[in-house]
Amino acid sequence: MKIAVVLRQVPDLIEPLEIVGSGNALDLDGASFLVNESDDHALEQAILLKESAGATVDVVALDFGDVDNTLYSAAAKGVDRLIKITLEDDKPPAPKAAAAMLAQAIGPIEADLVLIGCQAHDELQGALGPVLALKLGLPYLGVVRGVTAGDGGLQACKEFPGAVMARMNVQLPAVLGILAAESPPRYVPVSRIRAAMKSTQFDEQPGAAEPTEPAVVVRRMYHPEPAERAEMLVGSEAEVAGRIADILIERGIVK
Amino acid sequence: MSTPNILVLAETHDNTPADITLELLGGARQLAAATGGQVVAIVLGQAGSAAAEKMVGADRVVVIEDATLDAYSPGPYLAVLEHILTLESPRAVLIGSTTVGLDVGPALGAKLDAPVVGNCLRIEKQDDMLSVTSSLCGGKILADVEVRRGPAILMVLPGSFHATDQPATPEVDRRASPVPLEPGRITFDQMILPEAGDVDITAQDILVGVGRGIQQEDNMEVAEELAEALGGALCASRPIVDQGWLPTTRQVGKSGMTVKPKLYLALGISGAPEHLEGMKGTGLVIAVNTDPNAPIFDVAQYGTELDLLDLAPELTEAIKTRRVAT
Repeated sequence: MKIAVVLRQVPDLIEPLEIVGSGNALDLDGASFLVNESDDHALEQAILLKESAGATVDVVALDFGDVDNTLYSAAAKGVDRLIKITLEDDKPPAPKAAAAMLAQAIGPIEADLVLIGCQAHDELQGALGPVLALKLGLPYLGVVRGVTAGDGGLQACKEFPGAVMARMNVQLPAVLGILAAESPPRYVPVSRIRAAMKSTQFDEQPGAAEPTEPAVVVRRMYHPEPAERAEMLVGSEAEVAGRIADILIERGIVK
Repeated sequence: MSTPNILVLAETHDNTPADITLELLGGARQLAAATGGQVVAIVLGQAGSAAAEKMVGADRVVVIEDATLDAYSPGPYLAVLEHILTLESPRAVLIGSTTVGLDVGPALGAKLDAPVVGNCLRIEKQDDMLSVTSSLCGGKILADVEVRRGPAILMVLPGSFHATDQPATPEVDRRASPVPLEPGRITFDQMILPEAGDVDITAQDILVGVGRGIQQEDNMEVAEELAEALGGALCASRPIVDQGWLPTTRQVGKSGMTVKPKLYLALGISGAPEHLEGMKGTGLVIAVNTDPNAPIFDVAQYGTELDLLDLAPELTEAIKTRRVAT
């Protein structure tokens, strides 16, 4: 089985997010980046399938943010090939253009299975996975938590509310949008990442997409102003703990 | 050229419209008043047919009665929806930001070359365009966008609209699938229900919710001890369940459980919209998070920026001490 995995960069939400002067976009110059969480699960799912059923795993990523470190980390986890799509400018492409570039790189792999995170927190125009699947001419199933290989195909569990799963039969080739792998992304020691940095070669491919008129125009981005904020409790740990305990007793929640 | 109508992709459960569907119909009602169109709900499958008359807010309900559509599978769903949208040519299609909506919304946009906006909180008509507010980056950023052409595929976060309080029985149009339905290469096999035996967090009065701020599995113990001292149960946001530190039956949020406890003590939970969706009926929310801008403080009555790993053991002791005193 040939598996292609898409790894995207997203702003780290631990750091403050700033808006550009024109007020209609995130200030990406000042942001720090990390791999999109559900893409990281997609990679883990690919490696689990490689270990259980035998597969080659090719990773495809747009050259943006901290992508090199993400790719080195993937190399240290045991992927077979790393494709980095270089961009004409320093900005992440619009969703349609991104899907076109990724499809251009993934098409020649002739992958049986394409795995991508089912969502990213900075997606304004919906998930990328279904759009990529359409570009590749493949069916798509998203919000998948766990994939297992079976006779002639795969079984994927699609998550529904209430901890209910729908088990789906997947005939390959297909694109799956991963919410979570069967087990959490594995830890890779820094020493192995450093070793991968010395031994890994990226397959660099130029990304090109025809410019299109944006269907959705961002007029303003801003930090939400809440109607009400919590009453903040300040003091030492013991003082705040005592205040919370008193509140719970006053309200009859703790007796 | 699109019509002024607003379509809603309905989801049903046990012969009843899902909460999100009634909310979408409420939002569609407001929007249709501005566009001068009708609200049309689309129900896919025989199983949802009995819910058609309960689609409050719809002028018309189109039910595609085909057993192939009873359980979700992407190929048949997309084939039917693509046909209906082409035929109806609505100004906008409201789809819940749900496990099905996340699949079909962007796919329809790509198939029809239609604009798509995810995580919508507000939708209004302004002149000849739609003005939409979308939530990004786990609720830390809002974006006001313009959508100039239809059909706009708008994927709406639960809780963004209220169901309409002006009930009227809609006209129901039950028909066979307008396109031949092939099962496709991705097909439904069976539903897997959660394993019985774990704590039912939906029945708990007191919940201690754990988020990414707990940092590592070893630290779960301090939260467990606190939940025990409070006489409650432990639950979590999705990243903790993804790590395997708690089972899926303890997950609160869009793809997990919906809880309404008297107390929700949120430890290291940022408050992403997907999580807040699952706890919006809570009586008292107390949030502990070192990030002063965490959206959880917007829904909490009390909060503190202290480190949960320092505060939780102190709070456990404080609760125990007061219990002994009383």
